[in-house]
Amino acid sequence: MAINWFKYSAPTTFYGLAGKLIPFFAWPSAILFVIGLYIGFFVAPTDAVQSEAYRIMFIHVPASILSMFIYLIMAGYAALGLIFKTRLSAMMAQALAPTGALFAFISLWTGALWGKPMWGAWWVWDARLTSELILLFLYLGFISLHASIDDVRRADKASALLAIVGSVNVPIIYFSVKWWNTLHQGSTIKFSGTSMHIAMQEAIFALLAACWLYVIAMSLARVRSIILEREANTTWVNSLLEVRS
Amino acid sequence: MTPRKKRLMFIVAGLALVGAAVGLVLFALKNNVSLYFTPTQVYNKEAPQGRSFRIGGLVEKGSLQREKDGLTVHFMITDTTRTMPVVYVGILPDLFKEGKGVVAQGKLEDGNVFRAEEVLAKHDENYMPPEAADALKKAEAAKTAAAQPGNAPSAAYPVTK
Repeated sequence: MAINWFKYSAPTTFYGLAGKLIPFFAWPSAILFVIGLYIGFFVAPTDAVQSEAYRIMFIHVPASILSMFIYLIMAGYAALGLIFKTRLSAMMAQALAPTGALFAFISLWTGALWGKPMWGAWWVWDARLTSELILLFLYLGFISLHASIDDVRRADKASALLAIVGSVNVPIIYFSVKWWNTLHQGSTIKFSGTSMHIAMQEAIFALLAACWLYVIAMSLARVRSIILEREANTTWVNSLLEVRS
Repeated sequence: MTPRKKRLMFIVAGLALVGAAVGLVLFALKNNVSLYFTPTQVYNKEAPQGRSFRIGGLVEKGSLQREKDGLTVHFMITDTTRTMPVVYVGILPDLFKEGKGVVAQGKLEDGNVFRAEEVLAKHDENYMPPEAADALKKAEAAKTAAAQPGNAPSAAYPVTK
């Protein structure tokens, strides 16, 4: 079965495909959120040292992981847009940015809420926390740079450059706890094995998958709006049922 | 070379250059990026003299002493090579425990006593239910004959012997 992938790199065809795909990501995401939160809050045992407060990690960890992953994907799309001059890539980068910013914010916010009772401080200027804050600023910079340039193609180019340059920050966030002395603990989930109870792992991985699916559904929905906005003057958009009515 | 390949090369080369620049800056700032100094670094006079800095390590087992006023605490911070006495007046965070990680901010006083103004507990990357922790403790108590005291600390405390 030969699928012509390039067919779907055109906004015209991708608009319809994205609309059909959204439910296949949105529903599993909602179900996994319920399962993950249930395991996290009712099944997983209390932690020996932190008692109940550790449960904030079920939100903190997936949000942090995704804030980094989304940035790399966004920078990847931005690079594709620069290299191949495909319109859809730039739109995907633009669609991913708000969700990435949201996850970076959630990561910082839940981290502060956990840090106060555990460390004794809302915030410390250690390498992990500071580089994650820079990540949030990179997302906000990407969004506002794109919004501040009227010509969409120029906006795409300028913000793509920012996204690509900023991707240097992601490995710094990930390895910061190894390279420097930080207050933030090292990674619990490692390739060499995980130092965590099995129910806690199930909750984290369920919520991580739920967040992934949420990101995909959300960016597909957002890219549809962006396509409509950018192609508002074309005949195919004006002949769409949802636009005419 | 097609213009497409040219653009790809530009991006790859640019990213490599930016990465190298950031890498060099971070390498030059290595000591400033680290949140705290280890007792060994303080012993080697690598920590700033006469002004406030942070010191980090493990609270040495059996070193915690409270004064009668209930607020002043004395304890020792160790990186298993060097040990440093600390005085602190205030409330310790819940996670503060002997044998666990800690980061204290303050100044070095005469007689090499570190007077802390703020004490933060450092959590490790292990999560386990209380029963499992109890089992671990019992197992550890059973083999106290083993030379190494306590679990090996995380990578943040390099053991150099």
